[in-house]
Amino acid sequence: MIDTLVIRDLHVSVEGKPILRGVNLEMKRGETHALMGPNGSGKSTLGLAIMGHPNYEVTNGTIELNGENLVEMSPDQRARAGVFLAFQRPVAIPGVKLADFLRHATTNVRRPDRKEGEELIPMREFRKELKGNMEQLQMDVEFARRYVNDGFSGGEMKRAEILQLAMLQPKFAILDETDSGLDADAVRLASESIAEIGREKMGLLIITHHDKLLVHNPPEFTHVMLGGRLVETGGIELANELHNEGYERIRKAYPDADAENQAMLEKEVTQPVG
Amino acid sequence: MATDITQAAPDQVGEINKYDFRTVTEGVFKAEKGISAKIVAQISEMKGEPGWMRDFRLKSFEIFESKPMPKWGGALDLNFQDIYYYLKPADHQGKTWDDVPAEIKETFEKLGIPEAERKFLSGVKAQFESEVVYGSLQEDLGKQGVLFTDTDTAVKEHPDLLREYFGKIIPPNDNKFAALNSAVWSGGSFIYIPKGVKIEFPLQAYFRINAENMGQFERTLIIVDEGAEVHYVEGCTAPMYSTESLHSAVVEVVCKKGSRCRYTTIQNWANNIYNLVTKRAMAYQDATMEWVDGNLGSRLTMKYPAVYMMEPGARGEILSIAFSGAKQHQDAGAKLVHCAPNTTGQIISKSISKNGGRSSYRGLVRVEKGATNTKCNVVCDALILDPESRSDTYPYIEVAEQDVSIGHEASVSRIGEEQMFYLTSRGLTEAEASTMIVNGFIEPLVKELPMEYAVEMNRLIQLQMEGSVG
Repeated sequence: MIDTLVIRDLHVSVEGKPILRGVNLEMKRGETHALMGPNGSGKSTLGLAIMGHPNYEVTNGTIELNGENLVEMSPDQRARAGVFLAFQRPVAIPGVKLADFLRHATTNVRRPDRKEGEELIPMREFRKELKGNMEQLQMDVEFARRYVNDGFSGGEMKRAEILQLAMLQPKFAILDETDSGLDADAVRLASESIAEIGREKMGLLIITHHDKLLVHNPPEFTHVMLGGRLVETGGIELANELHNEGYERIRKAYPDADAENQAMLEKEVTQPVG
Repeated sequence: MATDITQAAPDQVGEINKYDFRTVTEGVFKAEKGISAKIVAQISEMKGEPGWMRDFRLKSFEIFESKPMPKWGGALDLNFQDIYYYLKPADHQGKTWDDVPAEIKETFEKLGIPEAERKFLSGVKAQFESEVVYGSLQEDLGKQGVLFTDTDTAVKEHPDLLREYFGKIIPPNDNKFAALNSAVWSGGSFIYIPKGVKIEFPLQAYFRINAENMGQFERTLIIVDEGAEVHYVEGCTAPMYSTESLHSAVVEVVCKKGSRCRYTTIQNWANNIYNLVTKRAMAYQDATMEWVDGNLGSRLTMKYPAVYMMEPGARGEILSIAFSGAKQHQDAGAKLVHCAPNTTGQIISKSISKNGGRSSYRGLVRVEKGATNTKCNVVCDALILDPESRSDTYPYIEVAEQDVSIGHEASVSRIGEEQMFYLTSRGLTEAEASTMIVNGFIEPLVKELPMEYAVEMNRLIQLQMEGSVG
């Protein structure tokens, strides 16, 4: 059986304000989906809601992984079930070494039934795997000793997110602008790494403004979000169109969604909701 | 004497706390409950002390009685007449663990002391209630003239050396609890490191309160002679009782010219212990004194390790970690007194408050007249884990000179929702995530500890986070 992630009529509010207004999306493991849309359309909100951010309240709808509703689960249970979110802006955890954190996370995700306090995966085995992945990402092994995202450059943060993706090997991964803040070489490296790590094995939902990431990870499906809804779905040609010509056609075709998008964008000036 | 070490006290069933077990032992002598001149004299007599020490005790008792309870710090609901001031657990001190009464030996085995001794220590003292029941020192250190005895033995065997400093760094009239300790003190370590001797591995003392309503009043004096170096570590625990016990130690340290002393405390008292300790060091020319102070557990801790920098080039560093859980108040801090030019001080304090616990940083930096070109930096960070908990900062700075550089930074933070979400989204449970954030918060201090103690410290924090102690 192929793993599936099915989102039905998803409504999400932040502090009582509706952001997503009925999102429907179906993904199979092994597929690559691009999620595009203008600023403030709710792309990041979808990612955070799938992962279970406590401030993103699901007011209606379901997110099912192989028939199990993720909405009922805590973020760590979702991670153990095989969902991963690469953050657009990962937060710093001072004093916590990347390697220590990742060993703990990797153990929990690989042994979903592990009780707190039980043994972690053996250090030697973990180090070997970590080192292999870091070499592939052209990361200095010393990097694993640094504190999680603490003082990282934009590029380092994104690479650390990809490293975690490689170690945790989820069934489904949402990559929220993993290409932003990177220079051309870094984007190429990140894109190639993601293709190598995930393309065949995972279901990828790639949130992006650009097409660079998509060149190495050509999507089977492209979804356009506007005003908290997926208004159009197509193939790779839709991604190319949006990249070359922008959202004018979409905005004109869906005036109601466009109006809602504008309204949310105005709120976003004071209250960033992503 | 019967041995009945129960895994956990009845009120803690289902929770794991390896420190919370009671050893059933009668001891060989227990003074009557309460304190009086008669009890003070009786303690001195039991110990067969010389007249000068007996007089010192009785004089100190008068000072204790004349001083009011401190009005600042935390709530002191102490009934001095409801405490046992002296309990002798064994009739002699063991030189090997086999010499120690079986049930007491078993206690220290459960606490991992003999194992640590075999692995990485230069010498050990183990105190049970009022007396040191076991002592060891590596043979080659003894041959180099290193002294590491309990303080009672030092009164008899090294009276001249002891009297030069005993009660001089912290006189009985310093504060009410220093006076109390001076009157009823028992046990503690006496250490002398001769000129130029550098001890590679730590000397460790372990203080265990076992009986209910017991007061423990150890007295420690460390003399580090010119150019010598030592690292002394103390650990402290007690089982949980429903009534209060008192731990009130006095620790005096002398660092002579060019010497270096690090004094590390990792205490994990039960929640019924009042922990009121006076610790002070005098650092002379180019000497370095470091206090590393880990305060976990206790009902109320009031402790402010001090370094007086007496001569040019002296250096004082104080690193402290305090963790307050439910019904606990850690009023901890530091004191640096610059008495001479070109002296350098540093205070780094980190506190964590959880489940309604309260942590206070109380610190003094004083620059005396004439102490020019001194530098001092104070950093105190507080982490509050929930809205019920509390953190306060009371920094005092007194400067009588112009040419000085003093920095003070303080921060209070709450565990961020974004940090929790980030860690849990990668598969860590909420409990694991908050423990990781707390361990990260204290990591800058823990990495200063030798590996074995760093592991212990992290484990203790984890126990606190699991709520098994709180």
